[in-house]
Amino acid sequence: MDKIAHESDVTHHYLRPKKKFPNVWCAGCGNGIVMGALIRSIDRLGLDKDEVVVVSGIGCSSRMPVYLDFGTLHTTHGRALPFATGVKIAKPNMKVIVITGDGDALAIGGNHFIHACRRNIDITTILINNKIYGMTGGQFAPTTPGGSFATTAPYGNYEKQFDAVKLAIGAGASYVARGTVYHVQQLEKLIEGAIMKKGFALVDTYSNCHTYYGRFNKEGDAVAMLDWFKKHAVPINVAQKLPPEKLEGKFVTGLIHETNATEFCEEYAMLVERLAAKES
Amino acid sequence: MKNNTGNARLLQGNEACVLGALYAGVRFFAGYPITPSTEIAEGMARELPKIGGKFIQMEDEIASIAAVIGASNTGCKSMTATSGPGFSLMQENIGYAYITESPCVIVDVQRGGPSTGLPTKISQSDTMQARWGTHGDYTAIALAPSTVKECFEETVRAVNLSERFRTPVTVLADEVLGHMREMMIVPAKGELETIERHKPDVPSDWYRHFEITPSFVSPMASFGDGYRYNVTGLIHDQDGFPTANPNEIKDKLDKLRKKIERYTDEIFKIRTDMMDDAHIAIVSYGTVSRSARQAIKIARERRIKVGAIQLLTLWPFPDLKLREMFGGIRKIIVAELNMGQLVNEIKRIAPRHVEVHSLQRYDGEVMAPQQILDKIREVK
Repeated sequence: MDKIAHESDVTHHYLRPKKKFPNVWCAGCGNGIVMGALIRSIDRLGLDKDEVVVVSGIGCSSRMPVYLDFGTLHTTHGRALPFATGVKIAKPNMKVIVITGDGDALAIGGNHFIHACRRNIDITTILINNKIYGMTGGQFAPTTPGGSFATTAPYGNYEKQFDAVKLAIGAGASYVARGTVYHVQQLEKLIEGAIMKKGFALVDTYSNCHTYYGRFNKEGDAVAMLDWFKKHAVPINVAQKLPPEKLEGKFVTGLIHETNATEFCEEYAMLVERLAAKES
Repeated sequence: MKNNTGNARLLQGNEACVLGALYAGVRFFAGYPITPSTEIAEGMARELPKIGGKFIQMEDEIASIAAVIGASNTGCKSMTATSGPGFSLMQENIGYAYITESPCVIVDVQRGGPSTGLPTKISQSDTMQARWGTHGDYTAIALAPSTVKECFEETVRAVNLSERFRTPVTVLADEVLGHMREMMIVPAKGELETIERHKPDVPSDWYRHFEITPSFVSPMASFGDGYRYNVTGLIHDQDGFPTANPNEIKDKLDKLRKKIERYTDEIFKIRTDMMDDAHIAIVSYGTVSRSARQAIKIARERRIKVGAIQLLTLWPFPDLKLREMFGGIRKIIVAELNMGQLVNEIKRIAPRHVEVHSLQRYDGEVMAPQQILDKIREVK
């Protein structure tokens, strides 16, 4: 009981004093779970509130920064990463965290996503991936599996699905992880690792949109969808030992990829130093 | 191009924009290559790292203006440069800068359009885009230089106005101006005024990022300053939280308009030539004003009482000041390199007794003095 009371205090400490509640999310939405996980990660890392900037685009998940007591920048659809890039380059000592949805990051913002990965700029991106456009009422997204139903895929989706993790690895991100809103403790650790990583970090976070995705695809309510995550997630260390056929229909979670490439702002700072040395 | 000041230099218009921006204190530039503005990005890439400023080439123009706005919100004077197609791509985020009241400067070195249009030819067809390019209601500031020296000065002024009024400011240059070379004396440090944005001095608990002040311009904290606030492109209350309250919506939009319109006279800038006894006025802006000055000189030799008005501030449109100037005029010729964008503004404000004629050119060539002379003869 003490632990819960403590966590509640922690959560309230990082929510805006002039609370903008109730929030815009449906009851049972995974966005709140991610917000809680993010708050606890930041608290555990002991970051100064004034050192954190949270940037988002447009969509259900992108409404999160409004509730958080940091510097928060709620931008245009798909463009959170370039806004965050401007913030980070101008003030490299700040911790810049991007909250984005799957449509925001991978459809309209796809170009920015790959280039942020390529630059390996020190931004933590939490991609809340619910496989559908929630805010506009349930249209298919680049992450919607083939055959799934959505308001713009009334006969089943005939497009291919994007894998954000593979995309980020291919594009040069230096920390690539996947979590779910069921595996909250794992998610907190992944977010912590992502924030601490010097370089571009992605946490592809599977979340439930029972209101649209679950309803259209007969996956049940929020609890049923969390249960699905529980049953289908395979931790990376287990997955590595399994033959591919055993992973059919499942998905891999945990820290999937990590490298130590130089980070964009550090590289730029070295250039400035080099030029200054030449002048003097 | 060396970054030393206070001396005579042979400079391109685009190079003068770079020097003007650095002079005004711009320390962040994000851009994407596009003809005929690219030399500005190239100059920034060369100069900014030397002085500890930040340069980044982004993946497109949408990202460029986004990064500029992000940097501006950390307190850094920020700028981008582009041309028509890139300016079009930037429009949504320029709207974001308007509503979030983020100071920034966009230099649009105009070329012909629509679409890819005429990448290497002159045009003034973004005149209205600079005013109405993004959706929604807002009031824009746009400045139009006509010489290399003015490229420098108007870029400085653009940075100053953007910081002073917490708003995006567009510099409308053009292909010929961007690429022509002229001698100019680069002002020494301190010679031209440079303005810093107004920062809050209240405790963080009292701070409101979008406070409606008597001047309608709110002090602006930066991320990391110890003030924590929300910035959003949704219509918001004075604290920056999204609102659907009709009064708050109206207050916000009125603020965006009033903080600029009330200061139209301060933003107003024109140059006049031989207007004292003129019966005919040539109204123009940008490169066309050079031809206008030449044309009136020749016309005066032929004893035609004609003068020239060059608008260095295009937006906000100085209705009252210009109307005053038109008192003794019988005829106005509005000369511009488009199919008639500014002429309708002049028609809107011209006194009833004044005839307004439109002189247009939109074939990618400069407006020759002879063409203006011919028009003077036609209407006189």
